[in-house]
Amino acid sequence: MAVESDVMEAAGPYDRARALSAFKLGDVTFYWITRACAISVLLILGGIILSLIVGAWPAIREYGAAFLWTQRWAPSADPPVLGALGPIYGTLITSVIAMMIAIPVGLGIAVFLTEICPLWLRRPIGLAVELLAGIPSIIYGMWGFFVLGPFLANTFQPFMISVFDGVPVLGTIFAGPPSYLSLFNASLILAIMVLPFITSISVDVFKTVPPVLKEAAYGVGCTTWEVVRNVVIPYTRVGVIGGIMLALGRALGETMAVTFIIGNSFKIQSSIFAPGTTISAAIASEFAESDGLHQSGLILLGLLLFVLTFFVLAAARLMLLRLEKKAGN
Amino acid sequence: MNFLRTIVAAGLVAASTSAFAADITGAGATFPFPLYSKWADAYKKETGNGLNYQSIGSGAGIKQIVAKTVTFGASDMPLKPEQLEKEGMIQWPQAMGALVPVVNLEGIKPGELVFSGELLGDIYLGKVKKWDDPAIAKLNPKVKLPSDAITVVRRSDGSGTTFIWTDFLSKSNAEWKAKAGSGTAVEWPTGVGAKGNEGVAGNVSQTRNSIGYVEYAYAKQNKLTYGAMINKAGKTVQPTIGAFQAAAANADWAGAKNYFVILTDQPGDASWPITGATFILMHKDATDKAASQEAVKFFKWAFEKGDKMAEELDYIPMPDSVVKQIEKTWSAEIKS
Repeated sequence: MAVESDVMEAAGPYDRARALSAFKLGDVTFYWITRACAISVLLILGGIILSLIVGAWPAIREYGAAFLWTQRWAPSADPPVLGALGPIYGTLITSVIAMMIAIPVGLGIAVFLTEICPLWLRRPIGLAVELLAGIPSIIYGMWGFFVLGPFLANTFQPFMISVFDGVPVLGTIFAGPPSYLSLFNASLILAIMVLPFITSISVDVFKTVPPVLKEAAYGVGCTTWEVVRNVVIPYTRVGVIGGIMLALGRALGETMAVTFIIGNSFKIQSSIFAPGTTISAAIASEFAESDGLHQSGLILLGLLLFVLTFFVLAAARLMLLRLEKKAGN
Repeated sequence: MNFLRTIVAAGLVAASTSAFAADITGAGATFPFPLYSKWADAYKKETGNGLNYQSIGSGAGIKQIVAKTVTFGASDMPLKPEQLEKEGMIQWPQAMGALVPVVNLEGIKPGELVFSGELLGDIYLGKVKKWDDPAIAKLNPKVKLPSDAITVVRRSDGSGTTFIWTDFLSKSNAEWKAKAGSGTAVEWPTGVGAKGNEGVAGNVSQTRNSIGYVEYAYAKQNKLTYGAMINKAGKTVQPTIGAFQAAAANADWAGAKNYFVILTDQPGDASWPITGATFILMHKDATDKAASQEAVKFFKWAFEKGDKMAEELDYIPMPDSVVKQIEKTWSAEIKS
C-alpha cells in the first residue's frame, strides 16, 4: 500500500489535458504506422513492376508484341529468337487441367467434411488436407518425378492412349508416346498442390452457413444434396470463388514442382502427354545461366506472368461484384 | 525515425563485420562446386584461410566478377579474349570434366555401344528415331538393338554441361550447328528436359530406351550405361581419366590467347572428344589486392596438392604442362 501511495504522489495532480494529448499522440502514431504499412504494399508492387519493365525493356524493344505469338525459343541463335507462346500455352493448359481436377475434388472433400462426415473422421481428414498444404513444393516435384511419373507413363497413359486411339479430337489430346515428364503429370501435381486451398477455404465458409437455414431446408424435406446445392453453395458462393482464385493463382505461378516434371520443352504439341513448359519453369530453368537479350526475354516472361495473374484476379473481382449485385437484387 | 536509424545502423554493423570475417569469395559455375568445396576444406585445415564459393551458375558468376562483388568468378564457358581485355580480367582453366552419353537399353553393357558425334547430333535432332536405325547399327554391327523409339533426355536448365555437349554436336554435325547451335540453353528440336545432371541421370535410369548426357561422375555414381565415342582421329575411345587428360594435353594451350580453348573434339588418337574445362576469372588489377593474392595462392595450392582430391570426385586435374603456363600467367598479369 505504501508503494502505491508513493506512486500517486509522484504522479502529482491529475493533468487531464496532458493525458489526453498523450492519448492523441498514440492515436496519431498508430494511424500513421498502419497507413505507412498499407502504402508500402503499393510502393513494393510498383517497384516490382518498374524493375520488371526496366529489365524487360531490351526484349520489348527487340521483339515487340510478336513476343506473344512467336513459338520459337532459341536463346543461342544469333541474334536470339525468343517467343513466349510455348510457356504461355503451358501455363494456361496446366492451370486449367489442374483446376478441372481440383475444384470438384476440393469441393467434394469440403462438403463431405462439413455435411456428411461422421465426427470421429473429421479431424483425420481435415489434418490430412492441411498436411497437403504444408508439403514443400520440391517434395511434390520429387514425388512426381520418381513415383507419379513412372506410374503414369507405364500404366495410366498407355491405357488412355489406347482408349482414345482413333477418336477425332480426344485422340490427338491423349496421344502417345507416354512420357514421365509431361504437361499432364505437371497438371496432376498442381491439382494436388492447390487442393488444400480450395478445401480449407470452402470448409471455413461452409461453416458460416447459419444452421437455421439448413435446418429449415431439411425441415421441408430436402435431401442433403439439395441442401448443399440450393442453400450452402449459394450462401457461400463468394468465399468459395475466392478460394478457387487463390488456388488458381498458386497454379499459375508454381515453379519448383512443375520444373521437375513438365519436361521443359518450348514446343507446343497437341498431346497433353507430351512435354511442355510454363512461364515460371522457363525462368527458373534458364535464368542463372542467361545474359543479355536472353535474360531480358526471361524477365519479360516474368512480366507477362505478372500481368496474367493480375488479369485473372481482376476477372475474379468482377465476377464477385456481379454475383453480389445479383444477390442484392 | 530514431528507430529506423537504429535498424540501419545495426544493419551496417552486421554487414561490415561479415565483410571482415569473409575470406576469399568466389561465385559461378555449379559444375566444379563439389571440387572447390573439397579443396577449400582441405586448404582451411592446412592454412587457416577459408574460401566462400557460391555455385550460382556460370553466367551469374561472370556477372559477379565483372561487378567486382567477388574475388574470382568461375565459368564453364571461357570468355572471349576481347571481352577479357575490355574488363581487364584474366582467365585460366582450373580443372576439367568430361561428358558421356548414357543410355538405358536392356542387355547393353557400359562401353558396349559406340557413338559418333554426327550420330548423336542426328539423335538429338530427332532424325534418328529408333534404336535399330541403320545409322546406329552401322557403328554397332555386333550389338542386337531393339526396334523401340528413342527417348531423348536433355538438360532443362541453362548449364555449362549443355554448352560442352552442344558445342561438341555443333562441331561434328553441320545440321545441328545450323538448327540448334551451341550455348548454355539452346532451341532443342526434341526430347524431354530434366533439371541438373542428377535429373538427367535419374530420368535415363528410369526410362527404358532413353539416351542422355551427363558428367562422367554422375554416370559412374549412378551406374549408368555409358557409350564409347569415335574421336576426331577416327579411333574408338572409352571414357577413362587417361582419355580425358589426353584431350587436354593435345589441346593447343600455348597458341590460345587467354586460354580461350574449348576442349571438345580435340585431336589425338587417345582423346575423349566431349571434354570441357572449367575456368577461373579474375581482375588483373583488383580493388582488394590482398584478397586477389590470397585467391591465387589458393589456386596454386590446388594445382600442387589438389590433384588427388579432384580424381576422387571424378574431376580431371589439368596436365602439368598447362599448370606451368598458368603460373607464368599469374606472375606476369596479376598486379600486387
